[in-house]
Parts: sequence; structure tokens; C-alpha cells
Amino acid sequence: MIQPKLFHLSTVTLLVGVISGFSSPALAEKTAKQFVETNCAGCHALSEPESSTTTRIRERKAPDLYYAGNKFQEDWLIQWLQSPTRIRPGGTFFGQNVVAAEDRDIVPKDKLPEHPAFNASEAEVAASYLMSLTPYDELISSTAYVPKPISGAMGRMNFTKFKGCVACHELEKGYGGISGPEVHTAGSRLKPEFLYSFIKNPQAWAPKTFMSNLHLDDSEVQKLSDFITTLSKE
Amino acid sequence: MHFLTRIILITLISAPALAESEATGKQLYNTYCTQCHGIYGDGWGVNTRDIEVLPRDHTDSGEMSARSDQELFKAIKHGGQAVNKSILMPNWDANMSDAEIDRVVRYLRELCNCEAP
Repeated sequence: MIQPKLFHLSTVTLLVGVISGFSSPALAEKTAKQFVETNCAGCHALSEPESSTTTRIRERKAPDLYYAGNKFQEDWLIQWLQSPTRIRPGGTFFGQNVVAAEDRDIVPKDKLPEHPAFNASEAEVAASYLMSLTPYDELISSTAYVPKPISGAMGRMNFTKFKGCVACHELEKGYGGISGPEVHTAGSRLKPEFLYSFIKNPQAWAPKTFMSNLHLDDSEVQKLSDFITTLSKE
Repeated sequence: MHFLTRIILITLISAPALAESEATGKQLYNTYCTQCHGIYGDGWGVNTRDIEVLPRDHTDSGEMSARSDQELFKAIKHGGQAVNKSILMPNWDANMSDAEIDRVVRYLRELCNCEAP
């Protein structure tokens, strides 16, 4: 994988003269934006693409981040940027990495690029800017989701047999489909409202996503969201 | 600019762009279907490792020639359950328009090298 040329925060902090706090909020914001644009924009969309096409879905290098502030939990983001783990077992779009093997199609591990890791202050700066990207506030504010406890066994049955989510999503490491993002860390990774809203209407967030809209009613979305939230607490 | 002139200009400018962005049946299949049905359409996609019901082999001309285009369209648009098949095949009505699903059905006929009954 061609790694993006890293723009080290130390260069910025030397100029600014502080590490734990910036001299002015405006400068801090500018610096964070510059850091993210330099390090992330090579692979991730930081602003809404002009058009949504299936070609873009198949060819994009990395997941979109232009609504990162509506999607992620900041604490998780800060940790993940320091020690990134693979969220999409088949890659951003499995089709870029898939090969036909003897038994079935597979995604060879060596085809999957590693995400760069950042140090703690870099991660905090990057996360602060990413969390400011919130074009879909309305989708979040219109979602009144409060996670509730759920029977793990029932939730699992629902996720696998009744709704079929397991076809594309791993519900535990190494079990489930690999084309979609794994869901076993989704509860700590995603804002609860995003999780709920995306299950309810994926196309409202990403028009050409290869996630289907199962047209679930609110109680069904609640059950799936609760189960996924429970998984990350286990 | 005269309103009518503006409309004509917009139509002229946007028409080729729309044509270019129109996904083919194969492109749509590669985007939405190959994850389960496989890059060659043989039913052995990347998601089949842990799946309980194997996806249809679209290269099986015997099976595929027994399905009408309407049945294939219905299965894609409304999901496996709509044609008494597995729930693991979701409905794709929010991902593709009817015209796009039609193109996928036509591509399925290429994959199976077969015709509807």
C-alpha cells in the first residue's frame, strides 16, 4: 500500500509552541484541519462527493469521513487512531481485494492495506477535527434512540436467522460475512443514534451503499441496535 | 437568459453526464451481488464461509432457465422471502431502481447463458 506522506504534528506544535493546548481556538481548528487534510484526504472523502455512483463505491480507497462527527464516538476514534484495527474484514470494498480461490472467493490478508497509527496528541487533534464534520445533524437529532438491555441469545437469533445481517457482517471476530463492517465493536465505535439511523435508512447516509434497507419498523431497528450495542460490552 | 434557452442548454449539458453515470447490469452485479454470489456468479462469494443457505449459482443454466425474468426481478427487488427463498438474500429496492434491476436481470441471463422459460 502506498502510505500517505504523514504530516507530523510535531512540526505544527513546534510552530505553535504548545502541545497540550493551542494558543487560540481558531489556530487550533486550522491546525487540526490541516493535519487531517494532509494525512487523511489521500484516501478518505472529507467533504461530500459531487455525485454518488456505484463506481465511486467500488473504487474509493477508504470509507467516507465527511460525516465522521455524526457517526463516531470521539473516545473510540482517539483510541483507534493510535492502534487501528480492521473494521471491514474484506476491505473498504471487498471487490477490490477479492480473488477466486479453490473453494470460494476469498480476500487474501496481504491485499488489505494497514491504516497508519498516530501518537496520542495527533490522534486527539485528528479526532477533534473529524468530530466537527457534522452535515447530518438532522438525521441524528431526529433519532430518539435509547439503548436498552436485550437477551443476547434472542438478539443473536434475530441478527442471524430472522434478519440475515450475518450474511455480510461479522458478529464476532472470524464469524459472519466479511463484505460489510464488523459489528462486534460497533456499539463502542458508533454513536447510538447513527447506528439506529443507518439500520433504519442506510441510503439517507450513503445513497449507493451496498447495505440494503430492510424497511424495518422502529421496534425491529431498536432490537438490532440493542443487540449490536450489547456485543461491544461483552 | 431566456428560460427556454436555459432549459435546452441544461439538457444538452447534463444528458451526456447522465448517460455516463448509468451503471451497467454487470457493474450493479459487481457492486451488490458478488459479495454472496461470487465474482464469477457461481454462488461462492466472500460471504459464504459461515452462511447457512448457499446463494444461487447464477451460472447454473438448468436452475436459472427455470426462473422467469419476473421471478428474478421480484427476488432482487423484494428479497429472497418474496419468492419463498432465504432471508439471507435481502431486498435491494432501496439500492437500485426498477430500471437498474432490469439490467441486473439481463446480466443474469448472460451469466447463465440461458433464457427465461
